[in-house]
Amino acid sequence: MQDVLSVVTSLVAGSIRVSIPIAFAALGGTLSERSGIINMGLEGTMLIGAFFGAVGAYYTGSAWLGLLTAMFAGALCGLLHGILTIRFKCEHVLAGVGINVLASGLTVVLLQMIWQTKGKSAEVASFSNITVPGINQVPFLKDILGQVSPLLILLALSVLGVWFLLYRTVFGLRARVIGENPEAAGSMGINVYRTQYICVILCGVLAAIGGAYMSIGDIHMFSRDMVSGRGFIALAVVIFGGWHPVGAWLGSLLFGLAQSLQYRLQTGSIPPQLIQMLPYVATLIVLVFARGGKRRAPAAEGRHYYAKGEQ
Amino acid sequence: MAKSGNSKQGGFAERLSKNNVFLSVVALVLSLIVAGLVMLIAGYSPLEGYSAMFKGAFGSVDNLAQTLGTATPLIFAGLAMAFAARGGMFNIGIEGQIIAGAFPAALVGAYAQGLPWFVHIPLCFLAGMVGGGLWAALAGFLKNKLRVSEVILTIMLNYVAIYLAEYLANYQFKAEGMLVRTENVLPSAVLTPLIPYSRLTGGIFVALFFAVLMWWFLSRTTAGYQIRAIEANPYAAQAGGINIQRMNLVTMFLSGALAGMGGAVEVMGVHGYFITNMTSGYGFDGVAIAVMGRYSPLGTVVSAFIFGALRAGSTSMNRMTNIPGEFIQVLQALVILFVSTPGIVRMFLKKRRQKKEAQN
Repeated sequence: MQDVLSVVTSLVAGSIRVSIPIAFAALGGTLSERSGIINMGLEGTMLIGAFFGAVGAYYTGSAWLGLLTAMFAGALCGLLHGILTIRFKCEHVLAGVGINVLASGLTVVLLQMIWQTKGKSAEVASFSNITVPGINQVPFLKDILGQVSPLLILLALSVLGVWFLLYRTVFGLRARVIGENPEAAGSMGINVYRTQYICVILCGVLAAIGGAYMSIGDIHMFSRDMVSGRGFIALAVVIFGGWHPVGAWLGSLLFGLAQSLQYRLQTGSIPPQLIQMLPYVATLIVLVFARGGKRRAPAAEGRHYYAKGEQ
Repeated sequence: MAKSGNSKQGGFAERLSKNNVFLSVVALVLSLIVAGLVMLIAGYSPLEGYSAMFKGAFGSVDNLAQTLGTATPLIFAGLAMAFAARGGMFNIGIEGQIIAGAFPAALVGAYAQGLPWFVHIPLCFLAGMVGGGLWAALAGFLKNKLRVSEVILTIMLNYVAIYLAEYLANYQFKAEGMLVRTENVLPSAVLTPLIPYSRLTGGIFVALFFAVLMWWFLSRTTAGYQIRAIEANPYAAQAGGINIQRMNLVTMFLSGALAGMGGAVEVMGVHGYFITNMTSGYGFDGVAIAVMGRYSPLGTVVSAFIFGALRAGSTSMNRMTNIPGEFIQVLQALVILFVSTPGIVRMFLKKRRQKKEAQN
């Protein structure tokens, strides 16, 4: 009995841990899609975040400054996506694919420049877990949430923050109207472009934090293409999270579970390739079930809005 | 996810192909300039880099053969992306479909005994078409069922294909030895190099033939017309009696079949077996190639040659200078971004014109 319990607690703790990067990215994706911009570049933005998190931590010796560097780089990715899709009406998917390929190439080139290798960075400063007072006294719960990464706390605050922004502020209301019908929003005098830019930049910042968690939160180095599809999984999480911030978090936890099961199964006799396939198959399966829900995508998602007088 | 097909100025393929070749060329030049700047900032000499690249791509007959040979699977990958785009779909899963085509092609090549080459080789191509086509059609089927964007579905299926093929090559169909690969294909299924030791095989003619076939299909057949009609305006197409779901499935199957042939040609012409990691990013090359070719078969073939040159050239650039070959990815990303935002290119051209006028 004790054994089963310890397996369960470690599984839950593991799920929460591995869900963090996906959750940040899915949260960003939710925000951006609610304002009508599909950010297919989440994958690349996470990679940039992971890389610059490591770079910042390497040069300053502080994980927090590394995080700040990552957030700044993520904001730039978001801005780039915004300029491409909002100002220049690039197809959202192509802008995203471009950013992903760019991130994948650029990080390796910079890796070579800074650390003279194409594989992984040197060891850099990383976040250490903090003890949560109170919870670390409660039996069972203390094994799951007694010691947590500061980024998990940041994640909880971000979920709350995005929820508040979307549903409790005028800005959020406007963003949601734009996601449904930008022409109506424009004719009401809402600055469509400014709102979309803010959303897509915030999305970049959030995705980059998720990436940074992978390099300086979980381990203490960057390695080439380390995001390996989590950004794309996050896009799927946005869908079955019903375009809601809390849904995005819960969806990510489901993924976390699939992934930490994967780590647990790796010690068994099942071929590793089949286990590695698990998160991606799980995404497809979950998408099948998610369509039963009544939530739907923002109506104007992926569409270009032309302001008055603009061609 | 909402489709872009209903945006203000018609579908995306139509809008892109309306822009002329000139914009593509300027976009390529701009990408080369910006990538050169990145090289400069990274502490390399762009002049040295590009001249090494050029020599590596065109310097000798062997280099040229390498360029053309590298372009062969890229033509298939580009056509696959372009074909789906002409039907209003983003097939980002070409990588997975290449694998899904390469694997059965390798099996047919290795295990179908006693066939003359003129039966065996087409049979391998067919296996590749069916494998890649079905893999893509699976994404199309799920899209119809779930009403989820094909982009996410095809990307997820990429990863599944990669691990599934790796699993099969590691267990059921593993050849003797250290490498994770299948058995050698039989001599009757080998595409012999046109120039000794190069990647250039008769496969390139098959690729060109399929480019022509695609042009014919899209512009001269009813099914091709229906596919394009869906891209131009799905609502009008539906009102006109076109079964959109069924045509989406057909589009994805044919797109994946093209990608799968790219996998088959690599197996028969380059490796002689299926090996993990053999696709090395061809999928995203296909995206860049099709976008640069404005989704037309001819444009796709031309840009596949350019990307073949870049790829072949970057290998020797990496060898002769110490510039990492990953620069090609940076360049590729810039091409995608510049070509798909004609506005940036136009703005650049306008500024130059104004400067010239000011000078006069």
